Amino acid sequence: MNWVLVLEQALNGLQLGLLLFLLAAGLTLVFGIMDLVNLAHGSLYMMGAYFCATFTKLTGSFLLGCLFALPATLLLGVITEIVALRTLYSRDHLDHVLATFGLILFFNEFVRLVWGPAGLSIPLPPFLKTSIEILPGVPYPTYRLAVIGASLAVAAGLYWLVVKTRIGMLIRAGASNREMVGALGVDIKLLYTLVFGLGAAMAGFAGMMAAPILTVQIGMGENVLILAFVVIVIGGIGSVRGAFISSLLVGMIDTLGRTIIPALLLLVLPPVAASTAAPAIASMLIYLLMAVVLFFKPEGLFAPRG
Amino acid sequence: MTKVSIGLVSALALMAAPAMAQIKIGFISTFSGPQAVIGNDMKNSVELALQHLGGKMAGQTVTMIYEDDQFKPEVGKQKTDKLIEQDKVNFVTGYIWSNVLLASYKSVVDANTILVSANAGPSQLAGDQCNENFFAVSWQNDQTPMAMGEALNAKGVKSIYTMSPNYAAGRDMAAGVKSTFKGRVVGEDYTRWPDQLDFSAELSKVRAAKPDALFVFYPGAHGVQILTQYEQSGLKGQVPLYTAYTIDALSLPLQKEAALGVLGTQHWVNDINNPANRKFVGDFKTKHGTYPSFYGQQSYDAIMLIASAVEGTKGNVRDIKALRTELKKANFQSTRGAFKFGNNQFPIQNFYLQETVKDTDGKLTLKTVQTVFTNHQDLHASKCPMK
Repeated sequence: MNWVLVLEQALNGLQLGLLLFLLAAGLTLVFGIMDLVNLAHGSLYMMGAYFCATFTKLTGSFLLGCLFALPATLLLGVITEIVALRTLYSRDHLDHVLATFGLILFFNEFVRLVWGPAGLSIPLPPFLKTSIEILPGVPYPTYRLAVIGASLAVAAGLYWLVVKTRIGMLIRAGASNREMVGALGVDIKLLYTLVFGLGAAMAGFAGMMAAPILTVQIGMGENVLILAFVVIVIGGIGSVRGAFISSLLVGMIDTLGRTIIPALLLLVLPPVAASTAAPAIASMLIYLLMAVVLFFKPEGLFAPRG
Repeated sequence: MTKVSIGLVSALALMAAPAMAQIKIGFISTFSGPQAVIGNDMKNSVELALQHLGGKMAGQTVTMIYEDDQFKPEVGKQKTDKLIEQDKVNFVTGYIWSNVLLASYKSVVDANTILVSANAGPSQLAGDQCNENFFAVSWQNDQTPMAMGEALNAKGVKSIYTMSPNYAAGRDMAAGVKSTFKGRVVGEDYTRWPDQLDFSAELSKVRAAKPDALFVFYPGAHGVQILTQYEQSGLKGQVPLYTAYTIDALSLPLQKEAALGVLGTQHWVNDINNPANRKFVGDFKTKHGTYPSFYGQQSYDAIMLIASAVEGTKGNVRDIKALRTELKKANFQSTRGAFKFGNNQFPIQNFYLQETVKDTDGKLTLKTVQTVFTNHQDLHASKCPMK
């Protein structure tokens, strides 16, 4: 274990964490403000990636592809909210889960019909395809650096929106007390549509960023959604700040765990047992973290005050 | 009048049913999710095999029943039970995944029904758990990476790093390459399967370990992710990549140029020159416009093997003993050329080094470079009590 490897792994963890944040931010807003359990959030992540793949193919440029796919995902989010989710707000969480699970099936089948089962790959422009030396002798994939940069920019934009603007004020107010916001004469319906669209756009953006690394596939959002739920539970439901910090925490722990656990186990176990146990233990770490956080702070690290 | 005719028709149908002898074959594969691409290719090849057979074996109509394992061992087992208990099939074949096969095979062999694996070849079933009702028409998991280990020796590679998923086949693959490779194994990683798609942490470890070569086994859709991430990591040019079951006709359209020049080993390549293979590859390309994958080739061979045994017993598929004897003869023209079964009913066959190239139409495809093993038998055969 040398410092170059640790640095590289820290960057890997940061990149994974930021990607998770893009997904978790929308999820936590929708859950916290609209009190809607949205299992279909991962489907919006998938749709973002499919839109991006299609527009990239049409325009021949990944950057243009993202530029077109972003409003497309936002629009899809708004339409989904108006058509399918609006009637669910007054119902209980079980109905949310059932309905949005139905949406997952709908989107997966829709993608299979339109794009086929094979999945798509998004070609990167040559300058993003290789690696650059971040320090002498320490190369790092250019694209992953770009993902870190883009995600940080989105996080900063979201911070500005939530903390500095009037809409942000309403969003924060909605997270603390929805009824009161409605009672004060704010058009809560419009606010909900807006928040859901924003969440969809960020989920779609996460999908676009992940697509060139992970390729575009049916059901690609389902695995990552589990992680996103872990993130918002740790961070405190409804808190964007909590989502940011806990996604970085989860990203770091998951990545460093995959590096350190196998090395540690090798010291105490025979190689065969160590190599079998290491991936299992490494993947448990974030759930352990969640359990510990819930034990000491059942509301999550940064729960909005009600 | 209508009532009478309905009655007549149903009476006729009932009378006709027992007279029409038919062979029922159950086929388990993955037909949903991203791995459905493999299942569809297998199904296409099975349909082609039946077309070549005229839809009949020993004069009896063949009915295929396809079931989706959803890439999950527990679902695979349920579907296998359904094929045995409800559909009462004569043969069960298919099975992409070793973990699905391991969960399912007992349901078949204990019901005294023949199971022909068209892909998965876990070490357990080749060794002490071998069974007279189980045949593999593909390979034993370790064999292909063993050929890779040998090819690495020939290339003068001194140290390798291995990466594979943490499940039955992933472990067999790493064991296989280590069993023949004479140099040092400087690191090995088993990644979470099937949900880990991001290999950044592992690739960083590879870079830090500075091996002469990186060996990976990532079948199906995961093969695309590992290749793109390997390319993006900048390891290309530093640590050459060697593969088993990672680049095939199904993943190439997504891997694109990232696969060019990457070497792998396989028991069959689409350019293998024999009449059966020319017919299979040629007709497949005409029908579907793409090259068949090795998954398809094995499924085609599985149907041809079953057909040879049904012909051999003159259609008397109830006589399981005679059926086994006929299957064991492997009296069919395999698309891979020479083929026979060892004592554990796994194939003894050649293994080739293959490379990704562009064909004359500019399409990416695989090409045989050289033969690595001739008539190779797996290591576990000696642990199988069958003679």
